[in-house]
Amino acid sequence: MATEHRLILKNIDRQGYDTGIECYLKHGGYNTLKAVLSTPERKMPDGRTVDTPAWLRNEVLVSGLRGRGGAGFPCGRKWAFINHGSGKPVYLICNADESEPGTFKDKQIIYKDPHQLLEGMILSCYANHVHLAYIYIRGEFYEGARILKRALAEARSKNLLGEDILGSGYDLEIYVHRGAGAYICGEETGLIESLEGRRPYPRIKPPYFPAAFGLYMSPTIVNNVETLCAVRHVIEMGGSRYGELGVRSDPGTRILSVSGHVRKPGYYEIEIGKVTFGELIYDLAGGLAEGRKLKAVIPGGTSAKVLRADERFKLRSSGGNGESAETEIGLLELPFDSDSVAAAGSMCGSGGVIVLDDSADMIDVLRNISGFYAHESCGQCTPCREGSLWMSKALNRIACGGARYLDAEYLLSISDGIAGGKTVCAFGEACAWPVMSFVEKFRGEFEARAAADESRSEEENADMIVA
Amino acid sequence: MSHRKYFKPAPELESEVDALVARYPSPRSAVVMVMHTVQEYFGCIPADALEWIARKLDIEPINVYELVTFYPMFHQAPVGKFHIKVCRTLSCALRGSWRLHEFLCDRLGLDSGVDGPQTTPDGMFTVEFVECLASCGTAPAMMCNDELYEEMDREKTSELIEQCKKKWLPNMDSNHD
Ligand SMILES: Cc1cc2nc3c(=O)[nH]c(=O)nc-3n(C[C@H](O)[C@H](O)[C@H](O)COP(=O)(O)O)c2cc1C
Ligand code: SF4
Ligand code: FES
Repeated sequence: MATEHRLILKNIDRQGYDTGIECYLKHGGYNTLKAVLSTPERKMPDGRTVDTPAWLRNEVLVSGLRGRGGAGFPCGRKWAFINHGSGKPVYLICNADESEPGTFKDKQIIYKDPHQLLEGMILSCYANHVHLAYIYIRGEFYEGARILKRALAEARSKNLLGEDILGSGYDLEIYVHRGAGAYICGEETGLIESLEGRRPYPRIKPPYFPAAFGLYMSPTIVNNVETLCAVRHVIEMGGSRYGELGVRSDPGTRILSVSGHVRKPGYYEIEIGKVTFGELIYDLAGGLAEGRKLKAVIPGGTSAKVLRADERFKLRSSGGNGESAETEIGLLELPFDSDSVAAAGSMCGSGGVIVLDDSADMIDVLRNISGFYAHESCGQCTPCREGSLWMSKALNRIACGGARYLDAEYLLSISDGIAGGKTVCAFGEACAWPVMSFVEKFRGEFEARAAADESRSEEENADMIVA
Repeated sequence: MSHRKYFKPAPELESEVDALVARYPSPRSAVVMVMHTVQEYFGCIPADALEWIARKLDIEPINVYELVTFYPMFHQAPVGKFHIKVCRTLSCALRGSWRLHEFLCDRLGLDSGVDGPQTTPDGMFTVEFVECLASCGTAPAMMCNDELYEEMDREKTSELIEQCKKKWLPNMDSNHD
């Protein structure tokens, strides 16, 4: 029976654990930061002595930690892009926009253990010589913003923030910045535009990689809430020990948000790659309702391609002797880690797992998802602005009794015109992938609908519209 | 010639805004935070306050206007005393949020076919569909003003309506006894 592996969520939901700084300190909080700040220099594994920030960056690099916001980019490599000799200040932004449908993990940290996030942020800022950082939190998290503001004030009062932190000579300020209900502000360059006070139109990469031309055209690190908390554990445990958790290509733990047709929806922190979808759904999330059968799973937020319950996947596993073997498995045996889910043709994304049982009407599900993207496209580029709306309109028509034989091809041709680097940001893929995967994998449902709708006579159709 | 009064904010609003501006290397960065603050004061962002924000941050009114119209959380005209936002996105939809929206609209005499904000004639309730509120594990979710309501059903929705009415009516009822 699979179990959780709680590292970040260790204290969350414990009886008597609250968001105050005293409680956090009592549970060993800020000890990692204190230890780091009290030693200005460290020895690297190769024997060289370096300043502590460089040592911290190396620990994160060695750990292999990958970003938890959606793209899964290795955190240490992202940090290594920062040029510390540019003469410009380096900024760090914590991405607390949590807006990918199906995702509610960052919220648990913000609402229940805000100081853990702050400790992770302060460590990350120190490692990257950052003196000014922001937490960009989605506008609907009113209470979350209040909790963070209070936590920041507490940290300031204990000199864990502000000038000359704990006598180390290091200065840092962190502020909470609230969004106002737009999904696109979760995309890192849209977020930066938003933080600069302009319409959150994502910037084109290249050249506008945040690491080079980010906030105020300065080197900028954008990391997800969970990633920054993981950094705290990487430093506490040491990079190589953290790297032993999970699987080599995707180390550590991850908080999965499970929703939809399960008996116990919720957040589950797992050791990456050590829990399969079957274990996640049936052991941790309590399985499906009585008499229901699993139909499909969306593994990483609604942008991720859907996986059918009866699909077979080929996974490559490398044995210790350098040989690699191929095994064929079903969805229930598929482990949750970046490589495995990618081999199954989808992605871990934000870790938002949406479970669908056989009561789900796939046309309605896709119509809902496409409605979201049509509403949230920022409108900057034509394929995305127009295409997301066309797909949504077509799906509304199909869902309301006007399906046609050509619909599957029509939807695929629109989504083909958006995905594949044709747009400024990855929202293009995010809105096209669900359509592509639903149409390809559940084509039968589209065709059945078309057969039923096209067989009706003109009069019957007229009746339907009146009714 | 315009007869509009030159907008003069309350001193506490002005000092709150000054404190926000001080957090950023560039004043313009504070604009969304300032808009939140103004909306909390007035319930919306009126045209003259919008112009004041622009002057304050040394940008053009259009630069503020294009944000009021972009971000779903800002509005230019007042909304109801109780602003109910029902999540329409997948995890909530799978657990009945659309039926709940219909129920809520029916109870308040609003049109459940409307997605966007609509307000009851007495100005008490505004109801609208919104996208995922990051509470998919406790679906269906709604917000009423700045509070989140989770695992909603008809009974809890009716209760919410009653609570709102109670909060609002005491002021009116107090003359009766
Ligand atoms: C359309 C879109 C929406 C996104 N929304 C979020 C979000 O809500 N939260 C988040 O952390 N990352 C989001 N991302 C990913 C960010 O762009 C960025 O990759 C991430 O914050 C980097 O942090 P990480 O490396 O720690 O994962 C989104 C990306 C795209 C393309
Ligand atoms: S892909 Fe879509 S969301 Fe991204 S910049 Fe273009 S229009 Fe905006
Ligand atoms: S889908 Fe409703 S809160 Fe996420």
